[in-house]
Amino acid sequence: MMTRRIVLLVAVLLLALLPVLNALPSSNPLHVSDFLVSIIGKWICYAILALALDLAWGYAGILSLGHGAFFALGGYAIGMHLMRLIGPRGVYGHPVLPDFMVFLGYRELPWFWLGFDWFPFAFLMALVVPGLLALVVGYLAFRSRITGVYLSIITQALTYALMLAFFRNDMGFGGNNGFTDFKELLGLPLNSGTTRAILFYAALVSLVVVFLLCSALTRTKYGRVLTAIRDAESRVRFLGYSVTQHKLFVFVLSAMIAGLAGALYVPLVGIINPGEFSPGNSIEAVVWVAFGGRGTLVGAVLGAFSVNALKTWLTSVAPDLWLIALGCLFVAVPLLLPKGLVGLVRRRKGKA
Amino acid sequence: MMEPEALATMPHAISTQGLYLDGVTVAFDGFRALNNLSLIVEPGELRAVIGPNGAGKTTMMDCITGKTRPGSGIVKFGDRDLTRMDEASIANLGVGRKFQKPTVFDALTVFENLELALKAPRNPIACIRWVLRGEARARIEKTMQEIGLTARAHDLAGLLSHGQKQWLEIGMLLMQDPQLLLVDEPVAGMTDHETEQTAALLTGIAGERSVVVVEHDLEFVKALNSRVTVLHEGSVLSEGSITHVQNDPRVVEVYLGR
Ligand SMILES: Nc1ncnc2c1ncn2[C@@H]1O[C@H](COP(=O)(O)OP(=O)(O)OP(=O)(O)O)[C@@H](O)[C@H]1O
Ligand SMILES: [Mg+2]
Repeated sequence: MMTRRIVLLVAVLLLALLPVLNALPSSNPLHVSDFLVSIIGKWICYAILALALDLAWGYAGILSLGHGAFFALGGYAIGMHLMRLIGPRGVYGHPVLPDFMVFLGYRELPWFWLGFDWFPFAFLMALVVPGLLALVVGYLAFRSRITGVYLSIITQALTYALMLAFFRNDMGFGGNNGFTDFKELLGLPLNSGTTRAILFYAALVSLVVVFLLCSALTRTKYGRVLTAIRDAESRVRFLGYSVTQHKLFVFVLSAMIAGLAGALYVPLVGIINPGEFSPGNSIEAVVWVAFGGRGTLVGAVLGAFSVNALKTWLTSVAPDLWLIALGCLFVAVPLLLPKGLVGLVRRRKGKA
Repeated sequence: MMEPEALATMPHAISTQGLYLDGVTVAFDGFRALNNLSLIVEPGELRAVIGPNGAGKTTMMDCITGKTRPGSGIVKFGDRDLTRMDEASIANLGVGRKFQKPTVFDALTVFENLELALKAPRNPIACIRWVLRGEARARIEKTMQEIGLTARAHDLAGLLSHGQKQWLEIGMLLMQDPQLLLVDEPVAGMTDHETEQTAALLTGIAGERSVVVVEHDLEFVKALNSRVTVLHEGSVLSEGSITHVQNDPRVVEVYLGR
C-alpha cells in the first residue's frame, strides 16, 4: 500500500517535471520537446476519461460505448467559449459572431451560444451538458432495465447520432470544421509556452483530483453497492436498493468527469470537431480501460497512457497498422489479459 | 454457533401484518406455474411450504417479492398491494428473501455483505456518507457469530462453501430486520447439526415476524413444528399440521409416496 503510494507520487512528480524540462534551452541534454509535452498533456486528458469510464464500467458494470460523446460535449462547451473569445480577431472581423456563422449568413448569435463568453458558465456547461444527457439516457435505459450489450449498443448509437448531428452546418456548431483558430483563454495567449505549461498542469492537477475522488468514492459503502450491482444486479434490488437510482448516479457522475476531460483537452490541442464523437473513440477508451485493468483506478490510467503510447508509436512507423492493432487488442485483451496490466502485475507479485 | 438469545439482535417491530394471496395465477407461455393459488399467513406465523419440484414454490415467492407479476389474483402484505410495487419497495416494506440458489456478493467480504444488507437509508448520498458506527458494527458482529462466520469476516464471500453461503444469506436476511421472511430451501448443503440450528433460528424468529419456509427436507419441516402447506401444480393441495398432511392420501400420492 505504502509503496504503491510512493510509486504514484513519483509518477506524478515526473509528469510535473515535463514542462520545466521543456523550458530548458534545447542545447541542454535534459530538454524535452514541445511535441512530447503536448502529447503527454493529451494522454493526461485521456486518462481522466479512462477513470470516468472505469467508474461506470469497472465498478458498476455499465459498459458504455458512448463515453466519447460526453468527452466531446465537454470539449464543445469550452470550444464555444474559446470561439467567443476570438471576437473581432476572426477572418471576417465580426465583433461577436464566429467566422463560421458569418460565413453561413447568421445575423445574430443563436440563443444557445449566450453566456458562453463567460468562462465560469462555459466550464459549468462542460460538466452539466454531459451530465444531463447521461441523466436522460440513463434514466430511460436503467428504468427499463436495459443492461449489458443492449446498453452498449444504445450508447454507441448515441455517440454516432451526435456525430451526424454535429456534422450538420445548421446545428450551429461549425459543421464538419468544428472550432479552431482559438486565440486566448482567461487572458492567456494560447500560443505561448507558458500557457501550454499552465494547461498541462491544469490537466495534471485534475487527473490527481479525479483519481483521489474516485478512489475515495469506491471505498465508501456506495462503492460496494456498485460492485454488488455489477455482480448481481437483481439481488441488490431484493435488499431494497433502487438499482436505477444508484446506476443513474454513477453514470451521471462519470459523464461529468468525461466532460471535464474534454474541456481540458480542447484548449491543449486547439481544435474540436465532430470527429470526436466518432464511435471509434469510445471503443478506444474501452480498450484503454480493459488493457490497463478495469475495476482498478491505476489500471485505467495506466491503460490510457500505454495504449496511446502504442498508438503514437504505431501511427508514426506504420500508420495503416493502428486500426488492426486496436482490433487485435479488443479481441486479445479479454482472452489473454482478463484483468489487464494491473492483473498481470498482481499475479507476478502473488507468485513471488 | 447460534444461541437462542442471539435472536435479541432482532428486537424491533412486532409483525402486525399478514400475508394474503388470493386466486394468484402465473402463466409462462400458457403453462400455469401458479394456478389460482390462495394462501394466508397470519402475523407472526411460521409456515412451511412443501411440494414436488416444479410445484410453484419459488414462483410464489417471486410473486410476493415483485420479481414476477401475477397474471391475475391478489397479493397483499398488510394493506399494501404487492403486485403494484417493485422489488426494492417491497424489500423496504419489510419483506426479506433468501434465495433457493444462494446469491451473495462474491467480490465483497462477509462483513461487507452483511453491512450492505443492514437496514439503513438506501439512497446513493446516504451510502456515500455512511459511516460504520459502534452500534451497527456490533449488530454485524453479533450476526456473524450467529451464523458462525466470525473467523471469515474479512474473507471474500466467493471463497465460502455452499453451506456457508447459505448461512451468509440467512445472516443478510436478518440484517434487513424484515417483518416477513421468505426462506427458500435454507438447509440444502448443510450438515444435520446445521440443519437443526437453522430450524431453531427460524422458530425463534417467528412470533415477532412472519416466516415462510420452503423446504424438501421433511425432518427439518418436522422440527419447525408449524402449519404446513403442500403445493402441487401451482395450487394448494393440502394444509394443516405435519401429521395431517402426511396422512392426506392426495399428498402421499403426488409427493410423499414416490
Ligand atoms: N421464468 C420462467 N419461465 C418459464 N417457466 C418457468 C419460469 N419460472 C418457473 N417456471 C416453471 O414453473 C414451474 C414452477 O417452478 P418453481 O421454480 O416455482 O418450482 P418449485 O416449486 O420452486 O420447484 P423446486 O422444488 O424444484 O425448486 C416449473 O415447471 C418451472 O419450470
Ligand atoms: Mg424452488
